[in-house]
Amino acid sequence: MEFSQITFGRTGRRRTARIPSALMLRYTLKRFVSLVLSLVVASMVIFTVIEIAPGDPASFMLGINAQPETLAALRAELGLEGSKTTRYLAWIGGMVTGDFGTSYTYRTPVLDMVGDRLWVSLPLASLALLLSTLIAFPAGIYAASRRGQAGDMGVMGATQLGVAVPNFWFAMMLVLVFAINLRWFSAGGFVGWDKGLLAGLHALTLPAIALALPQAAILARVMRSSLLDVLGEDFMRTARAKGLSERQALWRHGLRNALIPVLTIIGLQFSFLLAGSIIIEQVFYLPGLGRLIFQSISARDLIVVESVVMLLVFSVIMMNFLVDLAYAAVDPRLRART
Amino acid sequence: MSLLDITNLSLSIHDYSVLHDVTLTVDAGEIVAITGESGSGKSMTALAAMQLLPKGSRTSGNIMLGERDLTRLSERALCDIRGNEIGMVFQEPMTALNPVQTIGQQVAETIRVHHPEITRAAAMARAAETLARVGLPSERFPLSRYPHELSGGQRQRVVIAMAIALQPRLLIADEPTTALDVTTQAQILALLKRLTQEDGMGLLMITHDLAVVADMADRIVVMRQGKVVEQGATHQLLRDMRHPYTKMLFAASGHLVNLPPAPPPRPLLKVENVSRAYRLPRSSLFGAPSSMTAVDDVSFTIQRGERLGLVGESGCGKSTLTRALLGLEQVQSGAITLDGEPVFSGDKPNLAVRRKMQVVFQDPFGSFNPRHRVERLITESFHLLPTPPRGAERQKMIDEALIAVGLKPSDARKYIHEFSGGQRQRIAIARALIIRPDLILFDEAVSALDVSVRAQILDLLAELCAAYDLTYLFISHDLSVVRTVTDRVLVMKSGKIVEEGPTAQVFENPQHPYTRKLIAAAPVLPDTSKVPV
Repeated sequence: MEFSQITFGRTGRRRTARIPSALMLRYTLKRFVSLVLSLVVASMVIFTVIEIAPGDPASFMLGINAQPETLAALRAELGLEGSKTTRYLAWIGGMVTGDFGTSYTYRTPVLDMVGDRLWVSLPLASLALLLSTLIAFPAGIYAASRRGQAGDMGVMGATQLGVAVPNFWFAMMLVLVFAINLRWFSAGGFVGWDKGLLAGLHALTLPAIALALPQAAILARVMRSSLLDVLGEDFMRTARAKGLSERQALWRHGLRNALIPVLTIIGLQFSFLLAGSIIIEQVFYLPGLGRLIFQSISARDLIVVESVVMLLVFSVIMMNFLVDLAYAAVDPRLRART
Repeated sequence: MSLLDITNLSLSIHDYSVLHDVTLTVDAGEIVAITGESGSGKSMTALAAMQLLPKGSRTSGNIMLGERDLTRLSERALCDIRGNEIGMVFQEPMTALNPVQTIGQQVAETIRVHHPEITRAAAMARAAETLARVGLPSERFPLSRYPHELSGGQRQRVVIAMAIALQPRLLIADEPTTALDVTTQAQILALLKRLTQEDGMGLLMITHDLAVVADMADRIVVMRQGKVVEQGATHQLLRDMRHPYTKMLFAASGHLVNLPPAPPPRPLLKVENVSRAYRLPRSSLFGAPSSMTAVDDVSFTIQRGERLGLVGESGCGKSTLTRALLGLEQVQSGAITLDGEPVFSGDKPNLAVRRKMQVVFQDPFGSFNPRHRVERLITESFHLLPTPPRGAERQKMIDEALIAVGLKPSDARKYIHEFSGGQRQRIAIARALIIRPDLILFDEAVSALDVSVRAQILDLLAELCAAYDLTYLFISHDLSVVRTVTDRVLVMKSGKIVEEGPTAQVFENPQHPYTRKLIAAAPVLPDTSKVPV
């Protein structure tokens, strides 16, 4: 078997691990094939669901008194004529070549609309995920290493609250404290990235925190329980018998083994954060994907709905693909199992 | 002065007393074995010597390692001693290694933890030397191997390499060979013995198996319920056996049962040219997937009333064969018939045949649903019957089955956690017996039991044979047990039956080299009448 050298960076030190490249490559290929298949199936489902959804966009746009000829002309213009297969293929073909079609209501290319919103939603989701991980990892590790003690109970109590309290309430509290009282941040709106990276990040900070807190609470609990499971494993006792202190054993042997369930949750959270931040976007008046999809549904702007949903599906499937690769990087047994 | 000197060690965990006044010593170059049944405190004594006791433990007494009392040292000082001056080897090699680190990293860690000044490369070089010393030369076992790429015996060698990398003065081995096959066990024991001699280490070995230590240990310490009941030089202890418990342990280890004579042969189960292969993952990106033949052209017959044994090491195909016999797995070629009817009809197990066969598994703890009462557990097989018994008839069958295995009818209302391991295995036998099957498969059914409990279950089997004319297939890696409870034995290796014949004949005059190797590797109790004085 051929071996390639792969380097993992961790806590400022370099550690090398040899990964059999054939196994890793085969694993990656298999995952990739499943990614493409998932996308094809998802696109068909989305297309069918939108097809059977009640309401004809053309008659919605023209109102109930429209002439049949005008209606037919508009339907042709919107690309609503023709067989289902041709329209599906045209839609998919357009997506692949970057032509997402034209919005029925705004009469602008869907790609531009989605692109503008994506530049808000994607950084927001990434920032929220980063914050949530930065909070959850130390909290979960701390709680696990002090199981049953006051510190553990404190962290568990806090995460209980974090899970229970809805994020829009956090959002309102953050606005109250940091925007209205302290005036450190603005209460809403997005200045745009052309005002500079810092200004953009500044505008996204409060929404990201509001999104991150409940997610961090869930992630911290998963981290803690996963780590506790690992701490009970035989190899942790072996590590102690070698002369490692409890802390060393936890960091060197516990953490990486505890990561698999945590990675699963992170993957799910990213998908949720990208599409599910509609309430937070509303609270902070952010022009994100969530609001776009909400407005398009109300306006029967089906081409926009279709495209945004497909985009979200794509990002979810892509994220799962990355999580699968991360699994294999963390656990050598998974590479061999496929 | 002794290397390790434990005096009046008492231990309680959350006010539950575990050890009482344990006193023992280990000298440099000496092998001391602690033996006893589960709950005797032998493992806790080992963990106390490592000071790796569970949270909530309170100890009194002294554990002297040379001049230092381990019970009075700080955690930091203990970390310096563990792995450096005392090494430890654990029972379960499958889980004792970190699955996400290479074996090289794990052995090198022992070195780097105690000597941070040694470079990573130098530590790896030393790890390679140590692994070669325990029989894993880096030409054949590169340091980049992960634990899952090694067998159980090889993993145990890695664990030993981690423990001896810094040539500690004392090595503690807690049931180091219990999870291994007999031939692997013999190799690991020889390795431990060699390392002890080469390095002048003291070895404190914990084992439940008297036979394992009888020809290896210099001294034996017998423990029971947290107390040392007897200790002394091996020969002397085995000759005198002053304490009744020692005598009982010894007798139970070599327990023999009296099987009633088997009836004249009349075929019951026929296995003809059965093969079963599994597909393995591809080894290269586009290479053809290879396959592994777990059962390879196996043929044999079980006669009605016969007690047949099946022995072989892990991976020899015993489990696959068992599943195929039970109709849990379809075979790719060959035929399995019971009374002339196939076990598998079409793609489905044949229910008419399935109800004539029952099985007793190894693990008395994992093979029962903890939320069901005993009456429900043992009547599970009723679903195989065309008209399951109801009401008074059902109750009568439950009572009979429980009485047959030495339990009380009132036990039917209890849950499984209320029973000990031996009692659970009786319940497993009741579950198999209740529909009066023609054939019972015992799959390592006594391997997880203490010797005294094992002896009782074997006696129960002999009694049931007399009362019910049982026919069974007894699958085990334990040759001494197979020898006493079977009439005929099959020896399996790499999916094939390499030898078969009457049990006494196969054991006394094995023909196949593999059978000879197996029998030679199996630890045996010394004949006490011939122990030198």
